Amino acid sequence: MTTKTVMQLPEEEYILPGTRACSGCGLSLAYRHILKALGEKVILTIPASCLTVLHGLYPSTSVRLTNINTAFATTAASATGIAAGLKALGKTDYTVVGIAGDGGTFDIGIQALSAAAERNTDFLYICYDNEGYMNTGTQRSSATPMGAFTTTTPGTKIEHKKDILAIMEAHSIPYMASASPAYPLDLFDKVVKAKTIYGTRFVHVHIPCAPGWGFPTDDLVKLAKLAVDTGMWVLYEVEGNVFRLTGRSRRMAGSGKKKPVDQYLKLQGRFKQVTAEQIDHLQAWVDNRWERYLQRHEVSNEA
Amino acid sequence: MSKVKIINGNEAAALGAKISRVQVVAAYPITPQSKIPETLVKYVDSGEMKAEFIRVESEHSAMTVCISASTVGARVFTATAANGLAYMHEQLHWAAGARLPIVMALANRGLGAPWTIFNDMQDSISQRDTGWMQVYCRDNQEIIDSIIMGYKITEQLHVPMMVCFDGFVLSHTVMPVEIPDQDQVDAFLPPYVPHLQVDGPEPININPVMLADPRVNAEGVDCPSYMGFRLRLQETLESAGDVILKVGQEFGEIFGRDYGCLLWEYRTDGADIILLSMGSLANEASLAVDQLRDKGYKAGVVALRVFRPFPAEPLRAALSDAKHVVIFDKNISYGNEGATCTETKAALFEGDERPVITNYIVGLGGKNVSFADLEAATLKALKRKGQMNGPHWLGVAV
Amino acid sequence: MVAKKDPFISACATLERGEAGRTGDWRAKRPIIDLSKCTPCKKQKDTCYLCWLYCPDGTINRGIPVEIDLEYCKGCGICAQVCPAKAITMEDEEDLLLKECAILNETEAGGEES
Repeated sequence: MTTKTVMQLPEEEYILPGTRACSGCGLSLAYRHILKALGEKVILTIPASCLTVLHGLYPSTSVRLTNINTAFATTAASATGIAAGLKALGKTDYTVVGIAGDGGTFDIGIQALSAAAERNTDFLYICYDNEGYMNTGTQRSSATPMGAFTTTTPGTKIEHKKDILAIMEAHSIPYMASASPAYPLDLFDKVVKAKTIYGTRFVHVHIPCAPGWGFPTDDLVKLAKLAVDTGMWVLYEVEGNVFRLTGRSRRMAGSGKKKPVDQYLKLQGRFKQVTAEQIDHLQAWVDNRWERYLQRHEVSNEA
Repeated sequence: MSKVKIINGNEAAALGAKISRVQVVAAYPITPQSKIPETLVKYVDSGEMKAEFIRVESEHSAMTVCISASTVGARVFTATAANGLAYMHEQLHWAAGARLPIVMALANRGLGAPWTIFNDMQDSISQRDTGWMQVYCRDNQEIIDSIIMGYKITEQLHVPMMVCFDGFVLSHTVMPVEIPDQDQVDAFLPPYVPHLQVDGPEPININPVMLADPRVNAEGVDCPSYMGFRLRLQETLESAGDVILKVGQEFGEIFGRDYGCLLWEYRTDGADIILLSMGSLANEASLAVDQLRDKGYKAGVVALRVFRPFPAEPLRAALSDAKHVVIFDKNISYGNEGATCTETKAALFEGDERPVITNYIVGLGGKNVSFADLEAATLKALKRKGQMNGPHWLGVAV
Repeated sequence: MVAKKDPFISACATLERGEAGRTGDWRAKRPIIDLSKCTPCKKQKDTCYLCWLYCPDGTINRGIPVEIDLEYCKGCGICAQVCPAKAITMEDEEDLLLKECAILNETEAGGEES
């Protein structure tokens, strides 16, 4: 089912206002719609991250779903334990959801995630990707794009971002998708779909971070849209073996229009030092990936 | 009806988990523990045991699965050894801090580097300060019994427990073990009731970020600080000895084997020489004491059955008549001495008269320790009247 | 010994609105809606609501009239930027406060006179 209008989204809010998240937080926006999609009968597990802060300091919490905090490397193992425990107790009507940042997913949590996916553990994993260790003060992760300044890459990062979705796809999981808070309806639909599928589901969400990336807070949506328009972030899903571009990315595939990456880079302080050579590298990297996606999209459409 | 089986320590541990009606097992293979998960998988796959068995990719995940499954209300079990336990370290703190009644079997093994697969207690002693209870077994019967009692104790106290036994010495050695009757175990050990309800009517955020000072919640109730929760864990462990005793006595009444003690004693009546140790080494020490008694020495054995909580009070009582205590440690706190030696000295500090104490580091990486070695070492210690600088390493020629 | 009924065996937080306090205090700029420009208000129809859709903090209602909960709005300005009718403007919080104080003072002064 596709959600077509804003009015079709649930009005119900699962995050009470007055959270500890920064003003204009991309995660807050994405999380609002993720939780609307998840609804009731959900148990969350979250490692140390910005989301821990959003959930609040003891003895209060801002989120209307039960959450089991867990150590940094352990999101997928914790979800496995929750799923196993609930199954052993015959409580099978819960959806178990692990939500971690890019550090907790691409870096320290990848071992447990890979193992859980290989076992096809019945849970939904959501990676909110703000492309670095934002909660500890903007250090580099393997999700940081080339050319970005972080406090541990003061001369900018020289390596490309790790392709976590390719890694997850190599596990032959039943469903995976990428999404953006700039397109909340697409994000909502993907989480709703992921909720209903048995096995390990993975949703990768782009999370622009105003303080960490250096852009004005009100530019959040504009920037997230530009990421998609330039192909720096691509909206797609893989269900079974079928690859589909979705939403804005699908429309871009139809029109053939893709903006140059520097339009996205120049809005952000973190790319202030990016060199012309790095921009070329990034553009080539984006173009190459986009071509591969287009081919896969066409093959799926023909089939 | 209970029946006797000839089984090794690993099989005794697996049977202990099965008969305790564990609901979730997560384990990763490591020598010398591997037979435990292998045995449990057979039970689960054959339907003999109704449990989820999670084939995790590491010990870190094994403990995490146990933590989260226990949080939602399942009775959980895992087993490990040596580097596997070290790899769990972060999650051992988490399990205790989250106050979860996890029982873990530990086949004690030396830590790398360099590699050894053989027995010592460096692994579990290194986890002394994680907030877990630690019980040390002398034989395979104690392994199965300690695991069953372990659930009763941990579920009352909301503190996890390691049931430690010597790798290979017990894990791979068969001996007769009385398997308790399932119905009697069910009567002794009621189903686990978690202290939090994750599927309750109100959402909860479990183990969130804390501040250093108490804060008031939405209902106006003062809630503890980080230190407040740490104090609760300490107070619970301080009171744990009484619960361990009570459960041990109750177990004895039902199953005929009394565990109403934190220490094991052998021929301590009138003894002024005490050989102090833990685990299966206590058996060798008992044989050494027989030899020493034959030679006219008034020697006895004290073994710590429970290392955490540390049984300082009973230990003081047990050593009150001792003139010389010879402590055999299968571990070393590098730059100091064996852990049981340090802890025993601390326990005796309050006394007016303190015995001479000699500390031997023995059996690291599976180095064989016979009763004859212990006897000779004791005689040497008596001869030197404790004048041995620092811990003495037994049987290290090169 | 810890009493068995200790409600604080482990740390467990419960729901509270304004977990971080009145986060409206964080605001440097305040969103002001001109309802005469706001699409759903103008058309008296449930439509648009992009401000509701994109508010990270869920402080805008999806209804007529569109309202912003200033007690918790952190003033990020996203609503103003996404509003297709340009009905929301971000105004300096300090200036507004000074103005409000001035109005308040005048009212109080007027009250004393009469």
